[in-house]
Amino acid sequence: MALMKVKFDLKKRVKLAQGLWLMYWLAVMAGILVFSMGLFFKIELRKRSEMMDNNESHFVPNLLILVGLMACGVNAFGGKICHDSLVPAKFAKWQPMLKFFLGGCVLFNALLFFTALLCFTMRIALQFTLAEGLKNSMKYYKDTDTPGRCFMKRTLDLTQIEFRCCGNNNYRDWFEIQWISNRYLDFSSSEVRDRVMSNVEGKYLVEGVPFSCCNPSSPRPCIQYQLTNNSAHYSYDHHTEELNIWMHGCKEALLSYYGGMMNTIGAMVLLVTILEVGVMVGLQYLRTSLETLANPDEPENESEGWLLEKSFKETIAEFMEKVKSLGKGAQVEAGEDGQEQAVATVS
Amino acid sequence: MAVLKVKFTKNKRDKLAQVLWIVNWISVVTGIILFSLGLFLKVEISKQQEIMPDRQLHMVPNMLIAVGLIACTINFLGGKICHDCVDIAKYLRWKLLMLPYIICTFFFTFCILVGALMCYGMRGELEESLLSGLRDAMRYYKDTDTPGRCFLKRTVDLLQIQFQCCGNNDFRDWFHIQWISNRYLDMSSKEVVHRLRSNVEGKYLVDSVPFSCCNPSSPRPCIQHQVTNSSAHFNYDYATEEPNLWRRGCRQALLEYFTQIMQSIGLTVIITWLFELSVLTGVRYLQTAMENVLRNGNPDSESDGWLLENSFVEMARSNFKIIKNLGKCNQIDISGSDDPNIDVPSSSFAHYGPGNLPTKQIPVYS
Repeated sequence: MALMKVKFDLKKRVKLAQGLWLMYWLAVMAGILVFSMGLFFKIELRKRSEMMDNNESHFVPNLLILVGLMACGVNAFGGKICHDSLVPAKFAKWQPMLKFFLGGCVLFNALLFFTALLCFTMRIALQFTLAEGLKNSMKYYKDTDTPGRCFMKRTLDLTQIEFRCCGNNNYRDWFEIQWISNRYLDFSSSEVRDRVMSNVEGKYLVEGVPFSCCNPSSPRPCIQYQLTNNSAHYSYDHHTEELNIWMHGCKEALLSYYGGMMNTIGAMVLLVTILEVGVMVGLQYLRTSLETLANPDEPENESEGWLLEKSFKETIAEFMEKVKSLGKGAQVEAGEDGQEQAVATVS
Repeated sequence: MAVLKVKFTKNKRDKLAQVLWIVNWISVVTGIILFSLGLFLKVEISKQQEIMPDRQLHMVPNMLIAVGLIACTINFLGGKICHDCVDIAKYLRWKLLMLPYIICTFFFTFCILVGALMCYGMRGELEESLLSGLRDAMRYYKDTDTPGRCFLKRTVDLLQIQFQCCGNNDFRDWFHIQWISNRYLDMSSKEVVHRLRSNVEGKYLVDSVPFSCCNPSSPRPCIQHQVTNSSAHFNYDYATEEPNLWRRGCRQALLEYFTQIMQSIGLTVIITWLFELSVLTGVRYLQTAMENVLRNGNPDSESDGWLLENSFVEMARSNFKIIKNLGKCNQIDISGSDDPNIDVPSSSFAHYGPGNLPTKQIPVYS
């Protein structure tokens, strides 16, 4: 009792083959799209790898690139099969391997779905990477003379300007680290020495932020030093007044940027998965309708096409039997060999 | 004596028609490119409209957009005509339209050249507009409470950050204007009062710059206040050390940016002009060849194609005569009569039909 049986006459079969051919070419373009999205994502991660301690995992973009390439190949092949299915002689060439191709398609679709899920869940991993990476970036902000870290200041400044953020969670993170290098501190001055000594670790901490935290939209020239000291600036109350620096933290800003990107890519991959499942179902119908033709040289006859030959449960049971018999076959052979040898030695 | 006559066999004519069809389609694509370049330029100029308030600057992108659209339509029509020229029957449909089409394309090609020259000539206008626009923008930087100017601070800050520039000519321009609003100055402080009094116009001038002048690539935290005072900062010498601000002026930065855009657009327009010129020549040859084929009567025969039927001087003369005669139609000839109200035709005798035929000699049969 076949699953979802449909009758096909010649016209219907031809229409199915042509429609499938078109959809396969659409799927090739979708594969190219997935590939380019993976490439774009990889480049975006690389651009800000300094913010993430060069520690970020490139697994998801690499998987997207691989899946995109595979999709192109599989769908181009499927398109060729559909194109040839209208000519019985050419179709006979492909017939034996079609079953395995469809099995491969099932596995490929499962991989696509898994990739889409990964896109949505990568956000969590990214959160931890960003938290750690940003903390270290801020720590190395002042080390513009240390090779390997000399561009950290520039990268962090440009990130804060571009993403309109300040510090890790908020601007107060800058109060807890020394971001002014010792090279520019006058150690003969008593004020500097007082500050350094009042700190346990001997760090020069200020209640100030770098210039890149300044918000250009603020009506007042930027106040970046002595932020919590109301008397240091005229007409300024840091409790009530909107500070003219960015209020968000860079971890939040970067996370929402990458999160948005990954959500879009994940949604696209899901759509591509649905398209792939659709073409796979269409190919199965085409294959079965051509195989059940009583006489392959008379394509005008009617034939039936189905999704599965037996019902779903029976197909699964058959599949498990096949797998078991494959395993048993190896065992029985070994057993027979042993018995034969025993017989040989006796006689 | 035709100008640049070329003999065309049927094969050559068909090939010419096909090549022209392809070239016309390429020209449609270049027309679309021109249109989008014009749109891009319009958007870029609009983005900086607070700094470059000149409305006349929009003439160039508008012209490019118009030229791009017209190029698309003309070349689309041209492609259709050339495609149909292979078949004589289809050609007859377009026969009357071809000469006006060629004349229109000739004038349009001229317009494209004018457009290209305008692109290169825009630089002067741009410089003028930037000079006054930037100066005003910096002057109104502090007026964030005045309606109509409240976003100038933001615009100037974002401009300086994006184009990596500071001030009009360089960062010292900020020393000459008051960019800190009086709302944020403590007028009771001695220092502020002293500064205000020492200035003729009562402006609060400082040797400081806004934060947007800071260069992130500099190894040291930004020194934006007391820039010229070497003793105010540790390990800092204003005379020798490079200040960690942007060195370029915004006028120069913007000018360079727009000049680059204009140059690439100008180059594209010149390439489009060359394409259009070649299309025009090809279509003219095709048109004259097809007309001569019709004159010969045999569609498969050879025919001549040329650019101009007679030499250029003769053509100019004949066109001039046509224009003169157009004017003459309305004039009355008063040479043969005293009364100006009577119109005497210029010819010596009137042609009034068969009555003027010379009498036939009747043959005499004897």
